[in-house]
Amino acid sequence: MKKILVLLLLSTLLSFSANAGTDGENSLSKKNQPVKDCFEGLNRGIFAFNKGLDNVIFEPIAKGYRKLPMPIKLGANNVVSNLSNLITVPNNFLQGDMGNAGNNTARFAINSTVGILGLWDPASRLGFEKEGKEDYGQTLGKWGIGAGCYVVLPVLGPSTARDAVGSLAALMGGDAWYNVTVRNNTHYFRDFDYYASRATSGIDFRAKNIESFDNLEKNSMDFYASVKSLYLQDREKKISNSKKATNTLDDSDWEELETK
Amino acid sequence: MINLGCNKILIRFFLTSLILLLFVEKSFSIEPNVFIQSTVNRASAALSESFTKEEKIKKLKNIAKETVDIRGIGLYTIGKYKKSMSNKEMSVYLHLFEKYFLKTFADRLSEYTNPKVSVNDSQKLNENYTIVSSILVATKKRAEIKIDWRVYTKDPQNLVIRDLIIEGLSLARTQKEEFNSIIQSNNGDINALFNNLRKFLNN
Repeated sequence: MKKILVLLLLSTLLSFSANAGTDGENSLSKKNQPVKDCFEGLNRGIFAFNKGLDNVIFEPIAKGYRKLPMPIKLGANNVVSNLSNLITVPNNFLQGDMGNAGNNTARFAINSTVGILGLWDPASRLGFEKEGKEDYGQTLGKWGIGAGCYVVLPVLGPSTARDAVGSLAALMGGDAWYNVTVRNNTHYFRDFDYYASRATSGIDFRAKNIESFDNLEKNSMDFYASVKSLYLQDREKKISNSKKATNTLDDSDWEELETK
Repeated sequence: MINLGCNKILIRFFLTSLILLLFVEKSFSIEPNVFIQSTVNRASAALSESFTKEEKIKKLKNIAKETVDIRGIGLYTIGKYKKSMSNKEMSVYLHLFEKYFLKTFADRLSEYTNPKVSVNDSQKLNENYTIVSSILVATKKRAEIKIDWRVYTKDPQNLVIRDLIIEGLSLARTQKEEFNSIIQSNNGDINALFNNLRKFLNN
């Protein structure tokens, strides 16, 4: 109940922040509205800073990570993927997706025990298939809350007002892993465990996308705009929870082409 | 009697022509998923290990010219600005866009060697568009990638590709938003886009 109240409060704040950045027009109440880049100058500055950080720190680490033996990379990926269930499951419930909530709870229980802290994935072999991750930003989107302004966060990268509020909800008690490591002193885990898992997750993602990022940057005239477009499309797809591309495509522009 | 014989011959001729016409139309129209499978097979052959990077790029550009509606994508990509462009500006834009498209298309794909794409099902959106679904088969280095193709089907005898949607992300939409961002950042000046395109092509 407390979590729901916090989320409701944050949703209200999100509405205010969107109004402030959209000349009074509330884009949150409308679907398929283009996401406004209310702080473009600042966002581009942070984007350039993040890119510099990536060149100097993250990309070299990701390249080194790639050279690790496959079982280590697979184990690391399994552990962080297993921990992500602690955010996914409550969001499955909040979205009313009881099937996936049950499936992901079973996955977490099996992989944390039989799979030795998530290093292996025996749950998949037992028929509990890996499903898409969910977070509080996606849940807010599913509840019909618009994205608000596009923002680029230092180090963390692209986000929106709604997704940033979602991340905040996770830090305010919505992420059990954060609660037992950083938020509460449980004597079993340290702050380091949380930050190490987040860093591993980021490095793993970066390592899988080195060529894609390089290729995108090489073939973009405005890399910032390309990344923004891809991020927003990806969020739309994830919020729709659809595996079919046709469910998230907007055909109006293509149809308009016919009339010209 | 002569008239009756003539009529019979005319009717036979008419019916035979009709059947032939139907047959000819049938034989030249092609299903969108067959068209995509044939196109990816051609691209896969062009990306064979036996060719140099330059040869691959040349072959890929030829395949793109035949199977992709570059002009249509160019018009989609320029979006709302096409209404305010003069004929001369549009001509300059479409010329630059074709060069830009072919350069980025070939450059992006030439890094792959012998990619295997399996075409699955297709979904007809309307008379003009069908989405064909396919999978870029996984290798040791990367997981499988889902690729959807937007096929323009208005002319069934001349199917063309208008968009590639990779893991749900539309390349045409990304391109459109990038172009719009460049124009907007320059107070709506279309020439800023032209300058950026020229600069990119010269690099």
